[in-house]
Amino acid sequence: MSGSVFNVTMFLAILPELWIFVLASLVLILDLVLPKEQHRVLGWITAVGLILGILISLLVAVPSEQAQFVWGDLIRFDRLGFVFKILFMFGAAMTALFSSNLEKLGQRGDFYVLMLVSTLGMCLMASAADVIMLYLAIETTSIPLYVLAGFYKEDNKSTEAGFKYLLFGAMTSAIMLFGFSYLFGLTGTTNLYALVNQVVQHQLSPFVLYGVLAFILVGFAFKISAFPLHFWAPDVYSGAPTPIAGYLSTASKAAGFAVLVRVLWVGFPEIQPYWVYVMTGVSIATMTIGNLLALAQKDIKRLLAYSSISHAGYVLIGFVAVSELGATSVIFYLIVYLLTNLAAFGTVAVFEKTSGSSEIASFAGLSRRSPWLAMMMLVSFLSLAGMPPFGGFVIKFSVFAAAVQRGLIGLAVIGVLNSIVGLYYYLTVLKVIYLYRSEEEQVAVPIPQASKVALAVLCIGIIVMGVIAAPWFDIGALGARALW
Amino acid sequence: MVPLSWYLIFAAALFSIGLYGVLSRKNAVAILMGVELMLNAVNVNLLAFWRYLTFDKMAGQVFAVIVFAVAASEVAVGLALVISVYRRRQSIVADEINLLKY
Repeated sequence: MSGSVFNVTMFLAILPELWIFVLASLVLILDLVLPKEQHRVLGWITAVGLILGILISLLVAVPSEQAQFVWGDLIRFDRLGFVFKILFMFGAAMTALFSSNLEKLGQRGDFYVLMLVSTLGMCLMASAADVIMLYLAIETTSIPLYVLAGFYKEDNKSTEAGFKYLLFGAMTSAIMLFGFSYLFGLTGTTNLYALVNQVVQHQLSPFVLYGVLAFILVGFAFKISAFPLHFWAPDVYSGAPTPIAGYLSTASKAAGFAVLVRVLWVGFPEIQPYWVYVMTGVSIATMTIGNLLALAQKDIKRLLAYSSISHAGYVLIGFVAVSELGATSVIFYLIVYLLTNLAAFGTVAVFEKTSGSSEIASFAGLSRRSPWLAMMMLVSFLSLAGMPPFGGFVIKFSVFAAAVQRGLIGLAVIGVLNSIVGLYYYLTVLKVIYLYRSEEEQVAVPIPQASKVALAVLCIGIIVMGVIAAPWFDIGALGARALW
Repeated sequence: MVPLSWYLIFAAALFSIGLYGVLSRKNAVAILMGVELMLNAVNVNLLAFWRYLTFDKMAGQVFAVIVFAVAASEVAVGLALVISVYRRRQSIVADEINLLKY
């Protein structure tokens, strides 16, 4: 960096973060100023503010093809981070809309502020090029999420969810950090992009790196809820407020994958065979365990939690095919998955508000009580199952294609078999919705205005992405090319 | 001067004690204390590495400062959540917080 200390690029690189910060401050002030009856509007302000932020970022802050390091090499201003930032802001906007009509959630400004701060952390996670920045970003994301999971202070389940999330999160992040400290000691640098040269220069033994990486992977596996560290997900998702569970399973997971891709692919190419081996095993175990345990669930939020675990396994298929197509398919998968799973949790949130229950059995007769809501569940669940013409089909296709291209045929076959298991439990839910009758069929399930907008956007998005996949795939490719 | 390895062994022991505490303790506050021990081990590591290997650069020191700042905020949030659980259940024993399972 030459010339003055600050330049325009530095601020453009963190424009989304700055915007989110200003928005969070605004919401915090409005929370104090607005009269109690008008607090419902805070959700709209958050959502519209985030969408505006996306538009402004797209207009002025698109990074060039050539990635730049800014803020003392802490942040890499590249298209990979940019794609993820847009994705997180979109996800947060939808979550704000889903929350805005829940009484104890959406009428409180602090809820939106916490959500925005954690989105800010995710944006930094996606663009961090330095271990210090990475750790700070991960904690900025996690700490508000602990509070959000336990946001219903009067609810036994919600407080328990926050409590469990905190204990597991604090432990895994401490283990990850221990790995980071060794990484710093072994290489003398904290920069991910300088790491490789140092490893080569010092001729570090691969076994030392295996150990360090094992520590680091604990933290990442927790964030993406991959196999040995997946058990928190069902508990936390079923206890947390439903929109937050949706947010945890999409944006937070996507942020974890953004970090995983960057750290492993950029920082540890020297020991690639080792972590490909490990992550292949993790991928198989994650898919299989997620899908098999989902079969037995009675509560739809737990079912969606196990389904989101299995989806982490599918994304890992694209991840272990270390290639440009692999990276593209990972990003593409996360984009479509974010829309799909947010729609699924959104419909559950709407239904839960009326019925007060998230048991699968209570969904009986939904197609008669609210045909639109039932149809939106149909779209999102079939997309999760990977049915054409929905987005879920093309993303599964692209991760399997990436695996086959690298000769990982066995892994692709296991993935396909798992999708079939998945199809079963998604269809079971749809069976309850469409074929079963209930005594409350006359009671309509009203969809609040904000949820209507969000669900319409998400469902149209799922169908558009499934039918016209190429432009969205290209967005993934843009991000993937910026990785190196 | 004390060799670097002493610090590293000390940090590794501290980390292991902390991890054992986290995994074996049933009281939520004790679990949080275990996490704190693990984070302290990280700081000992970072500062030892910084002092012995990259004395001319700041990164190690900055990292350590950030780690304890984050640790403090994590514990603040952690205790708040523990209190909110205690108000509901009159207990902070992790074994008894078992509403959500299977």
